Amino acid sequence: MTHRIDSTFSNLKAKDQAAFVAYMMGGDPDHATSMALMSAMPGAGVDIIELGIPFTDPMADGPVIEDAGIRARASGTKLSTVIDMAREFRAGNDTTPIIVMGYCNPVHAMGYAAFAGAAKEAGIDGAIIVDLPPEEDGELRAAFEKHDLALIRLATPTTDEARLPKVVAGTNGFVYYVSMTGITGAAMSKPGAIKDQVSKVREASGLPVVVGFGVKTPKRAKEIAKDADGVVVGTAIVKALHEDGLDSALMLIRSLADAAHS
Amino acid sequence: MGNQDNIPLPDENGRFGSFGGRYVAETLMPPILELEQAYEDAKADPAFQAEFEDFLEHYVGRPSPLYFAERLTEHASENNPKKGGGAAKIYFKREELNHTGAHKINNCMGQILLAKRMGKTRIIAETGAGQHGVATATVAARFGLECIVYMGAVDIVRQKPNVFRMRLLGAEVRAVHSGTATLKDAMNEALRDWVTNVGDTFYCIGTVAGPHPYPAMVRDFQCVIGRETKEQILEREGRLPDAIVACIGGGSNAMGIFHPFIDDKDVRLIGVEAAGHGIETGMHAASLTGGAPGVLHGNRTYLLQDDEGQINDAHSISAGLDYPGIGPEHAYLHDIGRAEYVSATDDEALEAFQLCGKLEGILPALESSHAIPQTIKVAQELGSDGLVVINISGRGDKDIFTIADALGEHIGAGTEG
Repeated sequence: MTHRIDSTFSNLKAKDQAAFVAYMMGGDPDHATSMALMSAMPGAGVDIIELGIPFTDPMADGPVIEDAGIRARASGTKLSTVIDMAREFRAGNDTTPIIVMGYCNPVHAMGYAAFAGAAKEAGIDGAIIVDLPPEEDGELRAAFEKHDLALIRLATPTTDEARLPKVVAGTNGFVYYVSMTGITGAAMSKPGAIKDQVSKVREASGLPVVVGFGVKTPKRAKEIAKDADGVVVGTAIVKALHEDGLDSALMLIRSLADAAHS
Repeated sequence: MGNQDNIPLPDENGRFGSFGGRYVAETLMPPILELEQAYEDAKADPAFQAEFEDFLEHYVGRPSPLYFAERLTEHASENNPKKGGGAAKIYFKREELNHTGAHKINNCMGQILLAKRMGKTRIIAETGAGQHGVATATVAARFGLECIVYMGAVDIVRQKPNVFRMRLLGAEVRAVHSGTATLKDAMNEALRDWVTNVGDTFYCIGTVAGPHPYPAMVRDFQCVIGRETKEQILEREGRLPDAIVACIGGGSNAMGIFHPFIDDKDVRLIGVEAAGHGIETGMHAASLTGGAPGVLHGNRTYLLQDDEGQINDAHSISAGLDYPGIGPEHAYLHDIGRAEYVSATDDEALEAFQLCGKLEGILPALESSHAIPQTIKVAQELGSDGLVVINISGRGDKDIFTIADALGEHIGAGTEG
C-alpha cells in the first residue's frame, strides 16, 4: 500500500534524512537465510526493502545478481514463493515498505490482475518491473491502481526532458533514478552530476526520487543521500551475503544505512 | 526494402495483434524510439533504398537463383505413399549462394547502412550458428566499423569454423557463459552491452524478434527473398506456388520469403520449427508447437517456459534454431491461421541434409535441412500438378563437424574440445 511508502518518506523528511533502500534477491541462497536477512533489515537501518524476483534471463542485471537468481531458483524460489516471503515478513512488521523487483514474464505468466491481488494480500507495497516501460505497463498499472499498489517507474540518463513527463505520469510512491547507463553492479557512478537530474525528476513527478545502480560504498551512499530522497544499494549486499554470510551482510547494511542517514 | 509488400502491421505500438511491443528497460526506450524514427526516415529516402539495392546486387550477389530440384522431386514422387500420386515440382530459393553463405547478410546490409546513416561507430550482434555473426562482421568490415559479436560458449564449440571466420573479418567474438550459454544468453549479453554503451552503439539483431522496430525492420530487409521468388516463379511457371516452406528459429528467412505472399491467400505458408529429440521429450526448440505466450527480449510472443514464467532451455542440433522464442509476427500469423507451423526432429534434419547432398549436390545448412522433410511431404500431397518452394536459407559447410559427430565419424576438428 502506498501509505507505508508515503509515511516512510514523510517520517524521514521530518528528520531531514534520506531513505536507505536495500535490495536482496528473494530466496538466495535458500528461503531460511533469505528470510533471516529480510527480517533483520529494518533493525539494521533499512527504510524500504526491494525484494528481487529471480528470472532465468535478467537482461538488466550484472553477474552478481544473475548468480543470486540462479541460486534462488535452484532452491525452489519462484514468484509465488517471493510473495510468500513478503507475507511472512508482514507477520512481524507492518511498517517497512516492500517493493518487489523483477522482470515481466513471471508476472505475465501469473496474470497481471492475479499478481496485483496476491501482492496486496501478502502486504507488498509496490513493484518495479524492469522490462515494462510506460508504453507496455497499462494493464499492470490498472490492476495496481485497483489495489492501491505503487508501480514504480525508472528514469535513466537516457530519459530526456521530452520523455520524462511520460515516464512519471501515473506513477506513485517514488521514482527510481538509475544513475548510469548500464547493468546492476557495474562500475561506480561518478560523484556530482546527479543533483540536477534528481531535481528534474522530482519536479516532474512531485514524488521522492531514489537513486540506484553503481552505489557500493558508504561514502558514495552518503554523497547521493545529500542530493536525493533515497539511495539504493543492491549488488554490494547480495555479494556480501554470498561471500561472507549473513552477519557480514548486515554489518555492511548498517554502515550503508548510517551513511545514508547521516 | 519491402514496404510495398507490407500489410499495415505492426501498429504504431509495434504490435502484431497481441504480439510484439517494446518490453525493454527504460534506458533502452529512447534509443529504440530513435532507431524507429531513423528507420522510418531511411525507408522513405530513395537514396537509402538505392544504396541498399546496389549493395545487395554487387556485394551480396543478388538475385539468388530459384532452382528446380528435379532429382529431389523425383525422389518425392517415387516415395509417395500414395502409389502413382507423383509429386509437386520442388524449387529451391538459393539463399545459400549469397555472400557469406546465408540469407542473414540481407538484413545486416540494411541495418549497417542504417547505423552508418545514424552516425553509430560500434556494431554489436548476437549469434547462434554464427551465420548472423559472420554476416555482421563482414558488413562491418566493409564499412570500417568496430564489431563485437556475442556468442554462447556452447555454440562457440559447435560452430568453430564460423568463430574463426568472424575473427578473420576483424570482429571480436565474446564468449557468453551465463545461463545455457547459447543464443538466448548471447542476446541477453548483447542487450547488456547496448544498455551500457547506448551512445555510439548500434545493436544489429539477426532475426525478426526483439523490441519494435526490429521485427518489422528485419522483415523488410529480408523481404527481398520473397519478392524475387514471386517474380522468378511467375517467369518459370506462369503462376504462384501452392506452398512455401521455410525453417524457423527466430524466423527471419521464413518471414522474408512468406511476407510478400501474405495477401496471396492460395499460397500455403509453412514454417518448420526444430523438434530436437521430439516434441514429446521436452527437448526441442518449437515455441509455437510446444510453448505459450510470454515476454522475453523485448517482445511478447510464444516462448518455451514453465508455469511460473521461467524460460525453459531450447534444444536443437542446429545452433541457429536453438532459441526458446519466435518472432512476434509468426506468433500472429499462427494465431490468425494464415501460416501453418510444423516441426522436424534432429534425426529428420540429419537425414534430409544427406539426402539433399546426394540428390542435388547441395549441402544445405542444418537449419534449412529442417524444412526439407515437410517440403517432400507437401509435394507428395499436392501431386504432380503442384509447385512447392523451399527456402534454402544457408549452406551446410559450417555444420560438417557437427554432422560428422552425429554420424560417429571423425574428421579432425570435432566439436568436443
